[in-house]
Amino acid sequence: MERPAGTARRAAPAAQPRPVARPLGWLVPAVTVGGLVPAVVLVMDALSGALGANPIQRATLQTGLLTLALLVLSLACTPARLLSARLSPSGRGWTWPARIRRTLGLLAFGYGVLHFLIYLFDHGFTLSAMAEDVVKRPFVTAGFTALLLLVPLALTSTSAAVKRLGFARWTRLHQLAYAAVSLGVLHYYWGVKKDHTPPLVVAAIVAALFLVRYLMRKPARTGRQGRRASGPTTP
Amino acid sequence: MSSPNDQRSGAEVPETTTPPAPNTRREFIRSAGLFTATVAGLGGGLELLTRRPGAGSPGVGGAEAQGADAFTLPNRPLGPYDTNEKVTPWAQSTTYNNFYEFGTDKGDPARLAASLKPRPWTVKIDGEVRKPQTVDIDTLQSWFPLEDRIYRMRCVEGWSMVMPWLGFPLGALIRRLEPTGKAKYVQFTALYDPKQFPGQRGRVLDWPYVEGLRLDEALHPLAFMAVGLHGRVLPGQNGAPLRLVVPWKYGFKGIKSIVRITLTAEQPKTTWALAAPDEYGFYANVNPAVPHPRWSQATERRIGELGRRKTLPFNGYAEQVAGLYRGMDLRKFY
Repeated sequence: MERPAGTARRAAPAAQPRPVARPLGWLVPAVTVGGLVPAVVLVMDALSGALGANPIQRATLQTGLLTLALLVLSLACTPARLLSARLSPSGRGWTWPARIRRTLGLLAFGYGVLHFLIYLFDHGFTLSAMAEDVVKRPFVTAGFTALLLLVPLALTSTSAAVKRLGFARWTRLHQLAYAAVSLGVLHYYWGVKKDHTPPLVVAAIVAALFLVRYLMRKPARTGRQGRRASGPTTP
Repeated sequence: MSSPNDQRSGAEVPETTTPPAPNTRREFIRSAGLFTATVAGLGGGLELLTRRPGAGSPGVGGAEAQGADAFTLPNRPLGPYDTNEKVTPWAQSTTYNNFYEFGTDKGDPARLAASLKPRPWTVKIDGEVRKPQTVDIDTLQSWFPLEDRIYRMRCVEGWSMVMPWLGFPLGALIRRLEPTGKAKYVQFTALYDPKQFPGQRGRVLDWPYVEGLRLDEALHPLAFMAVGLHGRVLPGQNGAPLRLVVPWKYGFKGIKSIVRITLTAEQPKTTWALAAPDEYGFYANVNPAVPHPRWSQATERRIGELGRRKTLPFNGYAEQVAGLYRGMDLRKFY
């Protein structure tokens, strides 16, 4: 499913005078498989009893962390590309981060859904209990909203959707990811009883990624109109 | 790739539609290698970042704990305070612990408990008592006949266990100390020693851990001092050598590894009530009607079960202890 976009985008550099000897065809499949490894390990852990005395809680925690980790990775793609372009002598930088961004984002969404399903299972699939939680507890509200924000992003993750929406509108829509990750970090912070170091580390990473975007938004695009378009990318 | 030909004749490359065979094979092997490396790197990296193998997996708790799995309680009639609910197995009750002195992860206590040396151990008794003294733990526990108590334990986090404690009633100890007329509360202090408690090297909580009870709560026959579990000496991760058990309150009230007992006129400033007063009150009675700010307390998961069960007021001990709180607003005094 990732292939068409990848190959389409690859066609451009291939036609340029410098033929690239690395097709990178392995990249997206590798990221997909690598990203699914924790899901497989989780299932194996659950079956072997390695999740310990409170397996539901373990699985909830791990899928939550995976969601956040993959979301942060997907949001690191653009800053990584921008930084690499700035640092490379040719000014071209890496292209691969852009190619795995969608895969990472979809994996994050997948783990987010899994996290939510385990939470629902934990509450016996009683929607009233869930609704009460969402309304009454900011900790749950933040996490639930973050997941809701990811739904339209997952639905418009196809190349067809980019075409249908137009790149500018699609980009604006996908800036919801900034809100989602911020709410995700808040959810993580509120969920920790004591020792807030890990959520603060994640918050610092996210802040650093936002900062890179902000500082480098001008060189982000070539051409004048791009400058205007990149304005709203700043959170 | 290193051949100058490649670079020089870049423009001609598209003309040859199929690259030479050896190149394809080399390319394939290279791609396969990069594929594998990426899968391993991303998969492994995510595992390292997020996986917390649960306590209770084989090996945790040591060989001694494994052997103890086979241990069963001696057949004896249930006592007046015992529950007949299924007892949580040793393997789970000794590997799934909140004991922040060792670390915030529930597996930390079992993993690190060997650093705690429960003998020799002394307990200092002071404050509003006629017999202040410092007493060796073996002497202290020899004062009382040890008895079994099978109690439900409800953690504030929403899980519960059934624990077969071994120990003596706290009331018996308090009476032996002869409280003065000024004594209104009992304050317990846990060991502070970062050499034995690696978790105390950070300031996750304000060490040492302090807990407390009102004197009438402490004198209630359910309030218990445990020195054993499952008929065995209390393991380090469960609070060796001496811990408090107050079954109608959330588990964090049951302070572990006690070194000091002080009778006071003032309500003690307890660790969790200082750390997060809006979440953990001094009374901390199990109350399904008063939610934690982040979760409901209406239900709980009994360790070993997948579903949830309804939480009972005072953890099912309402009949015995509700009278202690007559006239109090337990939403305010949570």
